[in-house]
Amino acid sequence: MGHADPCEKCEEVMQPYLDRVLDESERAEAEAHLDACGYCRKRYRFEESLRQFVRQACSEAMPPELKQKLAALRTPL
Amino acid sequence: MSEVTPTEPRRLAAEARDRVRFEEEALELADQVYRVARRLVGSREEAEELMQETYARAFRSWRSYTPGTNLRAWLLRILTNLNIDRGRRRQRAPEMQPLEEGDYFLYNRLEESSREPGSDQDAVVERLSQDGVVSALSSVPHDFRDVVVLVDIGDFTYQDAAQILDIPIGTVMSRLHRGRRILKRALAESAVGGS
Repeated sequence: MGHADPCEKCEEVMQPYLDRVLDESERAEAEAHLDACGYCRKRYRFEESLRQFVRQACSEAMPPELKQKLAALRTPL
Repeated sequence: MSEVTPTEPRRLAAEARDRVRFEEEALELADQVYRVARRLVGSREEAEELMQETYARAFRSWRSYTPGTNLRAWLLRILTNLNIDRGRRRQRAPEMQPLEEGDYFLYNRLEESSREPGSDQDAVVERLSQDGVVSALSSVPHDFRDVVVLVDIGDFTYQDAAQILDIPIGTVMSRLHRGRRILKRALAESAVGGS
């Protein structure tokens, strides 16, 4: 393979970092690592773009007639 | 004099007001609830049916909602319970192919297939097609997909997802991690492997 081995450190903190659930010191530690590790930095950016892309690609708007059907389920006044 | 106190009509009027407000707030969230519902089930028809069942139940049991709490999560809890009740297959997650390539599998596959040197990360992602993403997501087994859909598409916190699905937060995190990996593997296969 033409790629370096995945960085263990980033494997471990990627998900909580991107989901913004790390506490302040863990976050600072992750960012310090990212500053120093170009391989991981590229992959973090990739993960972020991927999540945005998945969210956008999988978002389907509700058909307008469904909204009317739902409104019709309200208790009559 | 009748035994009905003068406060009774006032109480009923207040309750009607609360109910109307609840219904309006629930309907305002319908678009967001639908976006999640649509990816929890296989077809638009199923999503529409599930939405109607969910709203019918929500409007009936509005008194059990605590005002000021997360109404979108409350609606989705009803929806996911109904979805399970509908007899969806409770697939046990099959131990698919090993995933030890780690989280970088998709990235590496996409980058290997891209010959332009220095192409940026957004360009790498753009090699994926929208339809490919939708079908890759639908190939993720239910238990994992539910969590990925709630967190990554519905933008729920781990805590909300845990309450909606009635599972521990640690289970949310592990299913999310594995679900995202399965999704990436499916994407890698559809984007650069298969054709």
